[in-house]
Amino acid sequence: MWRWLHPYAKPEATYRLNQKLLPWFAVPGILLLVIGMVWALLFAPADYQQGESYRIIFVHVPAAFWSMGFYMGMAIAALSAVVWQIRTAEWAILAIAPIGAVLTFISLFTGAVWGKPMWGTWWEWDARLTAQLILFFLYLGVLALYAAFEDERTGAKAAGILTLIGTVNIPIIHYSVYWWNTLHQQSTISKAITRLEKPSMAPEMLWPLVVCIFAFMLVASALVLLRLNNEILKREVRRPWAQAELLEEKH
Amino acid sequence: MTPAVSIRTHMKALIQRDLRVAMRQRSDLLNPIIFLLVVVTLFPLGVGPEMNMLARIAPGVIWVSALLSALLGLERLFRDDFRDGALEQMLLMPLAVEWAVLAKIAVHWLLTAVPLLVLAPLLALLLNLPGEAWGALWLSLLLGTPVLSSIGAVGVALTVSLNKGGALLSLLLLPLLIPLLIFATAAVETAANGLSPAGPLALMGAITVLAVVLSPYAVHAALRVSVN
Repeated sequence: MWRWLHPYAKPEATYRLNQKLLPWFAVPGILLLVIGMVWALLFAPADYQQGESYRIIFVHVPAAFWSMGFYMGMAIAALSAVVWQIRTAEWAILAIAPIGAVLTFISLFTGAVWGKPMWGTWWEWDARLTAQLILFFLYLGVLALYAAFEDERTGAKAAGILTLIGTVNIPIIHYSVYWWNTLHQQSTISKAITRLEKPSMAPEMLWPLVVCIFAFMLVASALVLLRLNNEILKREVRRPWAQAELLEEKH
Repeated sequence: MTPAVSIRTHMKALIQRDLRVAMRQRSDLLNPIIFLLVVVTLFPLGVGPEMNMLARIAPGVIWVSALLSALLGLERLFRDDFRDGALEQMLLMPLAVEWAVLAKIAVHWLLTAVPLLVLAPLLALLLNLPGEAWGALWLSLLLGTPVLSSIGAVGVALTVSLNKGGALLSLLLLPLLIPLLIFATAAVETAANGLSPAGPLALMGAITVLAVVLSPYAVHAALRVSVN
């Protein structure tokens, strides 16, 4: 695996790989997003209890799902950055962090909007909400720590260490908040996967949700790839290969 | 080759040195404690002096104030050593840096947590905490303060080379310390309700062991980044 991975420590190789991967994420991502959203918002049946307002789930759940997923991605990048001192991995942390923060924010915002008609309150100090809020603070902490250093390399390394500490702490935060207070419902999908139960959601609603989850993953990954490539070009702008790349794009 | 000086001698020298340095700047030691007292005083003024309500919010108030005052004095942990170059010497010592970090954390705990433990009954009295909960409050502070010192050390190590570390430090550390706050207040509250606080206290003990054992490694990595 090492032999397969180590060429990507070179920014140029990572840049080329990203360029190649980008359409494979962006095109199906946007397609699936359109399909999923149209299916979810127009064709999926309304909920018998919550009426039309339940449709927020099609944005809320994917965003919440990947806000944690992208933190794990960031943690893997941070591990490679701290252990093997790979510069492209350091940039990957910075590419992922804002995307993850935005996903977390989307899930919090849609949750609040959904909570108002359903629970009668914008905010409730419930376990999942609180854990998500803390995740948001962790993302902000990583970004703030990076921004505080004048030397970008040092900032990225420090942000990487903080990401790793956060990874150790996330399960602890998660469970501590759970035992503290719970109102939010359990995850319907993961219950079905882990306990092999029949999902408690109607298939007409479940499938568009699954499509939306995949669409969010693909679109957000495409954005990460774009950000990473921008970062690489910005840092390597004086190198011949980057100059050639930029000239090529101009024509 | 065995090292000429044993780990224990090294640690002892480090601890003695840090204690001596701290004793020469006593105001640095006193300020966080006075701050803690002032913050605790603010709460009855802010929410009203109703004794029942104070008793109910007492565990949270004491713990949040303890967290804030811990953050206040935290920078002292590495900042002065970083400025006068002693930190670089510490990294170059023929001793695993983790041991030196552990010595620093121990000194910080001695200087900040022990006064807090002494003051805890006074705070409990001021906020009318029920008598059954005093033991739990004291135990939760005893178990929780090493976590404050060791997780705090990681945050300080990350931000020590910055001149404007203060606000950033709290942004980094407070989210990480939330579990501690939750379990600590849970322990005191269960005790105040006449139940056994053993469960949350056991979890706090687990967090303490984890934090004290792992944080020196994180501090080492962070110092390597901060000290070039």
